[in-house]
Amino acid sequence: MSYPEAYRYTKEHEWVHVDGDHATIGITDHAQHELGDIVFVDLPKSGSKVTKGHTFGSVESVKAVSDIYAPVSGEVVEPNPLLSKHPEKLNEDPHGEAWLIKVKLASPSEANDLLSAADYQKYIGAE
Amino acid sequence: MIKKAIRHIVQAEPLLFEQSSPGKRGYQLPELDVPVVDAATVLGKGNVRDEIEDFPEVSEFEVLRHFTRLSTWNYAIDLGLYPLGSCTMKYNPRVNELVARTEGLAWAHPYQPERLAQGAMEVVAALEHALVQITGMDAVTLQPAAGAHGEFTGILMIRALLETRGSARKKILVPDSAHGTNPATAMMVGYTVENIKSNDRGMIDLGLLERVVNEDVAGLMITNPNTVGVFEENIKKICQILHDKGALVYMDGANMNALVGVARPGDFGIDVMHLNLHKTFSTPHGGGGPGSGAVAVAEVLTPFLPGPRLKRQADQWAWNYDLPQSIGRVRAFYGNFGVLVRALAYIMAHGGNGLRQATLDALLNANYLRTLLEPYYQIAYNAPSMHECVFSDDRQAKEGVRTGDIAKRLIDYGFHPYTVSFPLIVRGALMIEPTETESKRELDLFADAMISIAKEVEENPELVLKAPHSTRTSRVDEVTAARKPIVRWQPPARVSQAAD
Repeated sequence: MSYPEAYRYTKEHEWVHVDGDHATIGITDHAQHELGDIVFVDLPKSGSKVTKGHTFGSVESVKAVSDIYAPVSGEVVEPNPLLSKHPEKLNEDPHGEAWLIKVKLASPSEANDLLSAADYQKYIGAE
Repeated sequence: MIKKAIRHIVQAEPLLFEQSSPGKRGYQLPELDVPVVDAATVLGKGNVRDEIEDFPEVSEFEVLRHFTRLSTWNYAIDLGLYPLGSCTMKYNPRVNELVARTEGLAWAHPYQPERLAQGAMEVVAALEHALVQITGMDAVTLQPAAGAHGEFTGILMIRALLETRGSARKKILVPDSAHGTNPATAMMVGYTVENIKSNDRGMIDLGLLERVVNEDVAGLMITNPNTVGVFEENIKKICQILHDKGALVYMDGANMNALVGVARPGDFGIDVMHLNLHKTFSTPHGGGGPGSGAVAVAEVLTPFLPGPRLKRQADQWAWNYDLPQSIGRVRAFYGNFGVLVRALAYIMAHGGNGLRQATLDALLNANYLRTLLEPYYQIAYNAPSMHECVFSDDRQAKEGVRTGDIAKRLIDYGFHPYTVSFPLIVRGALMIEPTETESKRELDLFADAMISIAKEVEENPELVLKAPHSTRTSRVDEVTAARKPIVRWQPPARVSQAAD
């Protein structure tokens, strides 16, 4: 699966797509692959705050429950309604349909210091 | 070759619901010799329960057979080695069951007046005293109902102490090898959790620790020996680093089976810890309780212990409620008393030397297995093992076989699987804890099975990948079970309706 150039990535395997003062956040294809079959996704409600570097939810697979860390700070506009009924979508389309949350950014420049698609792929190659 | 198990007929058993026939009863009452009354008229409609729909109607003998048959499907510690790492599945001497059933103890009522409960209170006092000696701490509470409850109690006390010093602080540090209950506990007490990465020996990295401990850190939760079965050899230094910044050290006593009678947490600087009495001190466990998560504290935390506390008054035991700094009760009455009785019986029957010997035997058994298995499985860390040994499935993974597959094949050999994929810092972990109560013969059988499986992985990996072969059911669809769990039985007719 390709890693979109327009996204920024974290070493904790989240991606963020900034669009003006809003952003969409998800986990990477590498993350879903490592987790295995995903069975449950726990996401924050609209209106709650997320803080860069802090956990905002969790992803449960048959192997383990893993925290998800916010790549940027902001206020949740919408958690992805698809995932409560269809957690398996996160295995199928992690960079697209199965995004996790949309947020209104506290500071749009925060994403600048995250990894580019090329750097992230280099990072997971070395891991 | 499979030596410990042979094929054996087991009873097929439908659900009780499926055995139901209308009108069948497990009892027969004599005919009424008084007029029949309608309960709804006498008590009012709202006070009468409607019959539970589809409740199974079966005879007493059918119920008895049902559960007896189901019990034959189980694997149990009474059938053989149960090497579930981190769980300390050891033999719990039957005599302790007898002691716990002593009439005066088993039938004691929590509201009995103190003067009629002196024996039960003496048991509590004697056990607290014994645990103070074993841990080298200042005082013990027996209230918490299990390990995680003990953690919660301990961290609440840390918070209470820090509040008296002006600030509860913000963070609890948790190593990445910790049991999942540790970060959960810290969150429940209102702290944020900071994970600290272990070094390449599976231990806490002192340099890293020194960098992250600051005035925001309330404490560190540490398991010692840690979850890779390795003793944190820098434990004194670790405690010093925390204490220098005014933070405290919590020890998860899950692995106390490796220390009892040999080393005391109070002597190496721990401020507060819990003991899983049900685990280390002999109550049959693994069935969801009852447990006991006794908490031991250093002197600085003693004023914050849950109340009431025992006191000696006019040559009698009494409960002291006058504890202004106490965090308050954490459980009704005084803990799971039956577990306390067993623990005291276990400690007294062993005595100090006996407890020490049990610990040394637990270490010997784990290291014996490690020595036998190391030529076939990759040991996770080279550091010396304590009461359990942790391997990684690195060598087997090259053939496409993972720790979970090896565990399933072990079932064919007549053993309960070891702990799979924990701790998370080991890739494909096999965590094996034999405990002190296994004989050399049983350990040899287990090692033979593991070695035989390692050879199967090389010669015929399919055999392992498709295991177990001799159980009632083989592999189940865990993914669908987790994604679309069916948690309530429904009659076939209704299921097909729902599907329409």
